[in-house]
Amino acid sequence: MLVNQFLVLAAFLFSLGIYGLIVRRNAVMVLLAVELMLNAVNINLIAFEAYLRSAQAVGQVFSIFVITVAAAEVGIGLAIVLMIFRNRASANVDDFNLMRY
Amino acid sequence: MQIGDWISQPVNWVYLPLALVLVYSGIRVVTSQNVIRAALFLVGALASTAGLFLLLSAEFVALTLVLVYIGAVIVLFLFGIMITRAPLGRDVALDHPSRTVGAGVAVALFGFLAFGSIQAFGSAEVQGIGEPTSTEVLGEALLGRFVVPFEVVSFLLLAALIGGITLARKDLSPAEEEAKEAL
Repeated sequence: MLVNQFLVLAAFLFSLGIYGLIVRRNAVMVLLAVELMLNAVNINLIAFEAYLRSAQAVGQVFSIFVITVAAAEVGIGLAIVLMIFRNRASANVDDFNLMRY
Repeated sequence: MQIGDWISQPVNWVYLPLALVLVYSGIRVVTSQNVIRAALFLVGALASTAGLFLLLSAEFVALTLVLVYIGAVIVLFLFGIMITRAPLGRDVALDHPSRTVGAGVAVALFGFLAFGSIQAFGSAEVQGIGEPTSTEVLGEALLGRFVVPFEVVSFLLLAALIGGITLARKDLSPAEEEAKEAL
C-alpha cells in the first residue's frame, strides 16, 4: 500500500468538510462538517505514523489528543448553538448576526 | 503503483471497500437533505475510518474512535438536532442556494492537497496490517514524554465541562431570584 492512498483519501474528506462548512445552513450540520475535517486530519496522522514508525507512536498519541479536543469542541459548540437557539428560536447560521456591525 | 497491484495486494481488497464506504458516507454527510440521515452517515464514515486505522495497525486509536465518536459524539449530535427542532423530514432549505462557491473551493482545495501529496510521496510504501502498536508503548508515551500536553488536554476537558454547565444553566431574573430566596 502507498501512503498516498491514505493521504488523498484524507484530502478528499477534508474538502468535503470544507464544502459542508460553506454550504450548510443549520449550525448543527456545520459542526458535523467540522467533525469530518478533524477525522481527515486523524487519518493523516495515523498514515504518517505507519509510514515513519516512530519509536513512541507519536502520531497515534497526537490523534488521541485530536479526538479529545474534538469531543470538547462538540460539547461547547452544541452548547453555544443551543444557547443561540434559545435566544433566537433558530439554528440557521444566516440568522446569527449578533456580532455583525 | 500499477493497476495490477490493486488486485495482487490482498490489503487493497480490505482498503477499497473501506475507502468506498468512507467516500460515499462522507458525501452523504454534506449533501443529505435529511438532518438525521446526515448524522447517521457520519457513523458510517467514522466506522470505516476506524477500519482504516486497524489496517494501519493502530488498534487503540481505532477503538478510541469508535468509543468516543460513535458512542458519545453522535449521540450529542442527535440531541442537538432534536433540541433545535430541525425539520426531521426532507428539508430543501438545509443548504445554501448557491452551492457552486462551496463546490469550487472544495474542488480547488482537493486538487491542491492531492497534487501536493502525490508530488511529495510519489511511491512511498506503507506497511499495512503489520505489528500492532502495543498499548503499553502508547501509555508510556502519554504519561512520559507527552505528560504535559496530556494534562493540558485533561484541563481542556474540565474547562469544556464547566463551560457547558455555565452555558446550559438558566439564568434567573431578579424577581425569580427573590422568590427563590424567600422560600
